[in-house]
Amino acid sequence: MASIVASIWQGITYRGKDGHYAWLLHRLGGLGIVLFLFLHILDIFLVGVSKELFETFLFIYHSAPAKVFVMGLLFGVFFHAFNGVRIILVDFWPEKFSNLKMQRLLFRLVVLVTLLFFIPTAIITVAPIFGTHLSLSHLLGG
Amino acid sequence: MRVTLKLKRFNPEVDEKQHWEEYQIDVEPNDQLLDALNKVKWFHDGTLTYRRSCAHGVCGSDAMVINGRNRLACKVLMKDLGNKVTVEPIRGLPVVKDMVVDMEPFFAKFRAMKPFLINNTPAPDGRERHQTVEDRERFDDTTKCILCACCTTSCPSFWANGEYIGPASIVQIHRFIFDTRDEATKERLEIANDAMGVWRCRTVFNCVEACPREINITKAIGEVKKAILEG
Repeated sequence: MASIVASIWQGITYRGKDGHYAWLLHRLGGLGIVLFLFLHILDIFLVGVSKELFETFLFIYHSAPAKVFVMGLLFGVFFHAFNGVRIILVDFWPEKFSNLKMQRLLFRLVVLVTLLFFIPTAIITVAPIFGTHLSLSHLLGG
Repeated sequence: MRVTLKLKRFNPEVDEKQHWEEYQIDVEPNDQLLDALNKVKWFHDGTLTYRRSCAHGVCGSDAMVINGRNRLACKVLMKDLGNKVTVEPIRGLPVVKDMVVDMEPFFAKFRAMKPFLINNTPAPDGRERHQTVEDRERFDDTTKCILCACCTTSCPSFWANGEYIGPASIVQIHRFIFDTRDEATKERLEIANDAMGVWRCRTVFNCVEACPREINITKAIGEVKKAILEG
């Protein structure tokens, strides 16, 4: 346990560059996805146990702090997915993609595409907190 | 210029754990960090312990975590580090004293890679094995390693599991499997294909950023991975 804590601390405090932060965000996103998977299994399980308990869970999901968690989760999912594509490129075509210049370009692209997907989704997610319900067609002017 | 050196100290005879100590010294902007450490040791605190030898980035003795990042103390100038400089021992290896770590686990992995030419066939003319310029170029990058451990000790996979052979050892595998004179490719790839081998690389690129010889280590690891897949 002590070594796990030590390696996490080393990961956070090491001042690496793009690749290091891509790795940290990838891990955080992965952990968020696993946490949500457990929560999702639990809430579906509660349907069979008690309808009231399940509805309480849904109520929590719609609360403001939960929406903030979902926003973080969304960022994690998008980043994990697009960074995964970067890792595939580096792993399968090292002669082309495994150099620092390409690495920096790919990291910036991953962040850009992640934000392009994340920002509209985040707006739709948090809008109910402010009493507005939005959909993608609203954002696209439909 | 006046700088504050914040050093992570540890004396096993006195301390239970590592702690920070600060020293204020005057240095020239073009001084190496190693010069600054020498100043502390020679004029402020003779107990400060660190390895150094050639002082020109060749021997690889003085790898340290400098301002949060692995570098050689002799290859970084004070003017590039700012007025407050933090120095710690490299991570993932047991600290012996101050900046000195036990390098034996690192060298043991290096030795396990059989870092020497293996060829049991007699040379064609009985004297030497010829190689084209192109053949030699194929592994040129990975011949530059000076075994400073900057790469291995900057790798999150190594921090998480000290059994991982680490980037430096994979560099050695790359150096020999692409050498047309070597006959132990299969043997070397078996080592690389182990659970503690190349597949633990997460393409973080910390090793490439940290390497004082600018070896493209992640590319070398990628090429070893491909060599395993292609047999």
